[in-house]
Amino acid sequence: MEFAELIKTPRVDNVVLHRPFYPAVEGTLCLTGHHLILSSRQDNTEELWLLHSNIDAIDKRFVGPLGTIIIKCKDFRIIQLDIPGMEECLNIASSIEALSTLDSITLMYPFFYRPMFEVIEDGWHSFLPEQEFELYSSATSEWRLSYVNKEFAVCPSYPPIVIVPKAMDDEALRKVATFRHGGRFPVLSYYHKKNGMVIMRSGQPLTGTNGRRCKEDEKLINATLRAGKRGYIIDTRPLNVAQQARAKGGGFEQEAHYPQWRRIHKSIERYHILQESLIKLVEACNDQTHNMDRWLSRLEASNWLTHIKEILTTACLAAQCLDREGASILIHGTEGTDSTLQVTSLAQIILEPRSRTIRGFEALIEREWLQAGHPFQQRCAQSAYCNSKQKWESPVFLLFLDCVWQILRQFPCSFEFNENLLIMLFEHAYASQFGTFLGNNESERYFSALEQILQVFG
Amino acid sequence: MLIDLREEYKRMGLPNNYWQLSDVNRDYRVCDSYPTELYVPKTATAHIIVGSSKFRSRRRFPALSYYHKDNHVSICRSSQPLSGFSARCLEDEQMLQAIRKASPGSDFIYVVDTRPKLNAMANRAAGKGYENEDNYSNIKFQFIGIENIHVMRNSLQKMLEVCELKSPSMSDFLWGLENSGWLRHIKAILDAGVFIAKAVSEEGASVLVHCSDGWDRTAQVCSVASLLLDPHYRTLKGFMVLIEKDWISFGHKFNHRYGNLDGDPKEISPVIDQFIECVWQLMEQFPCAFEFNERFLIHIQHHIYSCQFGNFLCNSQKERQELKIQERTYSLWAHLWKNRGDYLNPLFRDDPSQTQGTLHLPTTPCNFMYKFWSGMYNRFEKGLQPRQSVTDYLMAVKEETQQLEEELEALEERLEKIQKVQLNRTQVKSKQSEPSKHSGFSTSDNSTANTPQDYSGNTKSFPSRSPSQGDEDSALILPQDNLKSSDPDLSANSDQESGVEDLSCRSASGGECAPSEDSGKDPDSDEAVFLTA
Repeated sequence: MEFAELIKTPRVDNVVLHRPFYPAVEGTLCLTGHHLILSSRQDNTEELWLLHSNIDAIDKRFVGPLGTIIIKCKDFRIIQLDIPGMEECLNIASSIEALSTLDSITLMYPFFYRPMFEVIEDGWHSFLPEQEFELYSSATSEWRLSYVNKEFAVCPSYPPIVIVPKAMDDEALRKVATFRHGGRFPVLSYYHKKNGMVIMRSGQPLTGTNGRRCKEDEKLINATLRAGKRGYIIDTRPLNVAQQARAKGGGFEQEAHYPQWRRIHKSIERYHILQESLIKLVEACNDQTHNMDRWLSRLEASNWLTHIKEILTTACLAAQCLDREGASILIHGTEGTDSTLQVTSLAQIILEPRSRTIRGFEALIEREWLQAGHPFQQRCAQSAYCNSKQKWESPVFLLFLDCVWQILRQFPCSFEFNENLLIMLFEHAYASQFGTFLGNNESERYFSALEQILQVFG
Repeated sequence: MLIDLREEYKRMGLPNNYWQLSDVNRDYRVCDSYPTELYVPKTATAHIIVGSSKFRSRRRFPALSYYHKDNHVSICRSSQPLSGFSARCLEDEQMLQAIRKASPGSDFIYVVDTRPKLNAMANRAAGKGYENEDNYSNIKFQFIGIENIHVMRNSLQKMLEVCELKSPSMSDFLWGLENSGWLRHIKAILDAGVFIAKAVSEEGASVLVHCSDGWDRTAQVCSVASLLLDPHYRTLKGFMVLIEKDWISFGHKFNHRYGNLDGDPKEISPVIDQFIECVWQLMEQFPCAFEFNERFLIHIQHHIYSCQFGNFLCNSQKERQELKIQERTYSLWAHLWKNRGDYLNPLFRDDPSQTQGTLHLPTTPCNFMYKFWSGMYNRFEKGLQPRQSVTDYLMAVKEETQQLEEELEALEERLEKIQKVQLNRTQVKSKQSEPSKHSGFSTSDNSTANTPQDYSGNTKSFPSRSPSQGDEDSALILPQDNLKSSDPDLSANSDQESGVEDLSCRSASGGECAPSEDSGKDPDSDEAVFLTA
């Protein structure tokens, strides 16, 4: 399939561009396979290079012979193009619509991008699990690297290498994988050097209505306990939701089978609730009316800050269990790919100074989000402006970044980076010239031969 | 440290051809809540002033608050006219004419009534009210709509109730905050200040501001406008002067408003608190434009209520004079000035081209510009603040840098002296026909291991950040470019916590200097210089 087939009109002159915080620019608009480019061809004005994959929604308006296209981007920008000529306008609009809804990964820009800067480091190999494990193996001998998922056969959303207790062999891990949602058996997320306690994460146990149990699963997580001490299981779902999950084959860890573990339920929302929250938030921000009267109540109505608060409280709880109580914890939600990862990564930011450095933060994202199998492609397919039907889209990663920002505000001297790093990560998660956030997990990235292209990190 | 308002008026360029000092109120006979020294237009005779004062509530006739040297435009303040439904006063109309004539180049003045229109109209029934554009030639009348002291008192009350909630949900907090209306009022005051500042700086039109009695909202709005217009008021001293002028001298009723005595509870209202918060909101928008920091504002607010200093006692200059406040009490300003090191803003740029004279507040989008000032309203609660003060940290870094630079200078001087000594010696030696010419320095002198070239070479070329590092600055932005990059070593033991961030209880507040920890990072011979010195 040629991109050229999708481009009806590759170029239009005398287009006026309106962008927030910039003066209006008149110039030539070009469409390429991946970008929308507007340039006035003059030296001192900035050009607009917009990735089609960054486009959330397009509105068309006509006033006489002048057509206006309003492009709403996933990074919340709203860009207006005034195009002379109705036919050109319609052609541009439909070309953009086609180009921004490609469905194959390999058609995306990262596969075509050639960098203009010197590539210093191969980002794909910057934060390998073996290297991360090095950091722990000096402090403890109770853990090992397991290659049981080498072929992604045991758990399709896990990376090929995971860290598990030494006491568990690969056979046992295979059994545990059948007991956990999506095959996501409990693995090490973080080792707290101060007291040797750990954070593990997984998917929900598939106890179902029959109260099924799995001895290997129990053995696995019990292996992290010290003699006579309890552990905590943090279920990011409220109790009633966890109970209802049993009807669909899921569930939670029964006290009878996990006597040494105390279960705590939190209530972190998921999926479309978060997406709606984001939509309302962005609407409130875009409201141009001047009065203060409605701002706070609209902010409140979006519930965005309520979600932030819940996620942060859960992460604090996890950090306190580890650090204050000196107990190991297991975190899971339903699938273990959304709220679980928010909590484990935030807990590490709270606990470990390394995660607050730039390299450490990159490593954290690599470990806890990319390799851990957060489905970026699904979650970031659409953002706040999209008006087509949403299925799996959800601003989970954005919420995480917002939580990091909240901590940054409270502890401004404790972070090596500032909010620009967070914003950059947000933008690249939705649309990027780099391949880091493509795909939904390591196996998809592997099979798309993503290593050919560049990483955001490095 | 005395604040001399005469100096301040002189700084504004007064008296001049258009404005003069009037002593008509020298015994407080015309208006007992005004100061004895006031500036009025040259064409305003004593007769006009007295006549106008009879037509103004509390006799508070139009007088100068701020004079904008650049374009000879003024901000004047007064109270409401006793116009009722149809009363007129020739002298009052002449007074406004005089103000207009005192700003050449402008053919009208704004009259800004900071009250909501409804309230102003209601006042007419009581024989007061507002200026009728028909009666006063060449005025443009404008209502701004800031609520009265009772509304403000209730607003604060509601907001504090929200602050006192034990574990509020996000909804409780946001709803409560919005219901109190507090931020809306702050915005109203700032909007008024912006309107006046724009009128003065962009339209070149003088403004007369009043409310009911001209000592609450008028004071707020005039001082905000002055802050926006004149960078001097954004300095430590300038701010003290501003409060002395527009609040203390012009008769803001401190005793009544802040409950200094056991008086009428209906008189109590957080008027100056709102002004102080407006200043804080502006500081958040323009972090480099103010010489002082948040702590300065909080301490001033604290002492307005503490009654420890005499500045904020009594209701007027007259009362203060009668009680001999100046002789019998201490001034807050001296105390603050002595400790001014605590109040400085490390990001302050006092280069006039940078501080852009007039501050321009963006008007859209503006809704989320107004933040809840937890530094003020939660300041006694543990575990609620940013527990690391970037300001303090930056100040510490700045001080250390300054010390290092002073040491540098001292060493350079020493070096020069040594060089001179060397030069003399070699000159002596060359007179004794010494064949080889060194670069002028004898290596037999062991007190300097480094040659001056090394030394100067290394101090001039500081390692600048390599471009590939890009924007990975920490939250600390060092203001001067020729500083060595002394970023603290955050990856190893954080100086303040052991690495565990505890979001629920208070950790020791820091302020310790991390910069000294990273001496290992700078392998340049700057180190070596210290070693040999």
